[in-house]
Amino acid sequence: MATARKPRSKSSNRNSLVDLESGVISREIFVNPEIYAQEQEQLFARAWLFIGHQSQISKPGDFFVSSMGEESVILCRDRQNEIHVFLNSCTHRGMKVCRYDEGNTPVFSCPYHGWSFATDGKLVGVPYFKDAYKETLDKSKWGLPEVAQVCNYKGSIWATWDKHAPSFAEYMGGFTTYLDFLLDTWDGAGGETEVFGGIEKWVIPCNWKFPAENFIGDRYHNISHRSVDMAGVGPSGVGRRDTTEREGATALDISFPERGHGTITFLRPDDKKTTSYQHSKIVSEYFAHCESERQKNYGKWARLLPGPSTVFPNMSYLPRQPRSIAVWNPRGANSHEAWRWFLIDKNAPPEVREFLRHYYITYSGPSGLTEQDDMENWNYAHNASQGVIARRHPYNYQMGLGFDGPPVVTDGLEMPGQIRNVTDAFAGEQNQRGFYQRWSEFMSAPDWDALATWRNGNGKSH
Amino acid sequence: MTTVETNISRILLKEEIQDFLFREAELLDERNFEEWLDLLTDDIRYWMPMRRNVKANELDREFTREGQDINWFDEGKGTLDRRVRQILTGVHWAEEPLSRICHFVTNVQLLGAEPSITDPIEVSVKCRFLIYRNRVQTETDFLIGKREDTLRKVNEEWKISQRKIILDQNVLLAKNLTFFF
Repeated sequence: MATARKPRSKSSNRNSLVDLESGVISREIFVNPEIYAQEQEQLFARAWLFIGHQSQISKPGDFFVSSMGEESVILCRDRQNEIHVFLNSCTHRGMKVCRYDEGNTPVFSCPYHGWSFATDGKLVGVPYFKDAYKETLDKSKWGLPEVAQVCNYKGSIWATWDKHAPSFAEYMGGFTTYLDFLLDTWDGAGGETEVFGGIEKWVIPCNWKFPAENFIGDRYHNISHRSVDMAGVGPSGVGRRDTTEREGATALDISFPERGHGTITFLRPDDKKTTSYQHSKIVSEYFAHCESERQKNYGKWARLLPGPSTVFPNMSYLPRQPRSIAVWNPRGANSHEAWRWFLIDKNAPPEVREFLRHYYITYSGPSGLTEQDDMENWNYAHNASQGVIARRHPYNYQMGLGFDGPPVVTDGLEMPGQIRNVTDAFAGEQNQRGFYQRWSEFMSAPDWDALATWRNGNGKSH
Repeated sequence: MTTVETNISRILLKEEIQDFLFREAELLDERNFEEWLDLLTDDIRYWMPMRRNVKANELDREFTREGQDINWFDEGKGTLDRRVRQILTGVHWAEEPLSRICHFVTNVQLLGAEPSITDPIEVSVKCRFLIYRNRVQTETDFLIGKREDTLRKVNEEWKISQRKIILDQNVLLAKNLTFFF
């Protein structure tokens, strides 16, 4: 498609590929390597990205090697207890200064020529500094490139390479209302959450946007998961989730099109107190206790039961069943590397920990009975979208377009975002459209002044 | 018993165990999943850790821990049985159409037999595996690693009571693990 390669103007490129008025999106944005290359510059070098969890680096010197877009980065807690994120590439000749996945170290020493970097990223050691450099090398200028901003939000660590990007709080806007349900403890009391040891990492042969848009609000793919629903991997032995807590709830799709985030959320009737995970004694007592604490701690907000969500661009999460974070790291237009963190309340009893761990493994990732089928679909959807004829036929995002859902009765809950009631419709695609609206803006906007549309009063949800 | 007799017992037992492992691979490759399940004890532990790159002096942290961490697999027969039932639904898209799979089992080492080589009721055996998977048209995976099994005699038949699977990969290069190791 010529417009994809040589757009007449940035806006025509955007309009021709992502047409949200008609609800169609060109396959080019998934398969075209030039668009993929633009994404690295326009999107991944400017957006806030998820890096890891503070429990992975609890002590000074602890590090975890993560990924921002295509690039390897080191998340590290320095000796002063400050959290840093730097590029994992020596400033001298580019060698990875760390090829371990995680650990604790006083220094990152490059295996190539021996330049050494402290846990705060500063260059501290240069071989032949006196003899070969005559001490003229300004070490202060050759530390590991560090991200422009880093934020620890309730234990989740985020970073951006763009110093002009808004703060993480502004980037998220009201979406933290929903993200909090993932990061807070199950009882909402503000205790500590940690990640299980073992971060799943695997390669999925499809563009990174397939899973990002699936998690943001795709309620339409039950057929994908029919086999697991029949085999029953859910905590109560049937289906793939324990859906009792959602009975009678209003199904909401919530989009933040001016920011790109989106979530599936359920709004329970006020008098409904049922909770999930009620099939074995210790586990059910624990979750029943958490639920009653949750009611106290969240008050009327406890009516919200969060579901699958995506923080723009490539961090997705499941806040409850199974409670986990995924990052879809781009690896070329045709592939990506999925990373998966699994969360647990630090004070959860051993029986609960074991119950959740088992459920997490059997639901999620490459060995998960549920997600195996997602990956097959994304794989071959991408595969069948690469040909010249296929590329002439855009994807359809028209579900729910052009008409409103029934009114949402929130009884005074001021929920942020563009909310659509899909209880009767079963599904809708407003969240996906919101995601691609934001994607187009990132692809064409010259800078963050243009990207921070909400500052002009244009944003619908704050 | 003479040394010769002990050696003969050992050779015969190794042959018997090796035959068992080959027969097991045959069942999997021929997609006789339910018969394969019958080769597992009811209390089987099926464990495949993930592997980290760690410093040479921290090798105890290389593998995720059974029973504590997230692992590729860490389960018993109930879950393995669900996996088989899922494949048999005919709508498990990740295995529908079914993959073409070949298990190669080699370097078989008999590590121990209890209570004795001549009259064993439990043996531990280590081997190398190479699993070739080809599915749909050109999609192909090679998964290579080590396996440590404990076999137990139940009603005069060998059954697998423990399987530890060590895959020689860090980032999993296959998109899923819909098959058995």
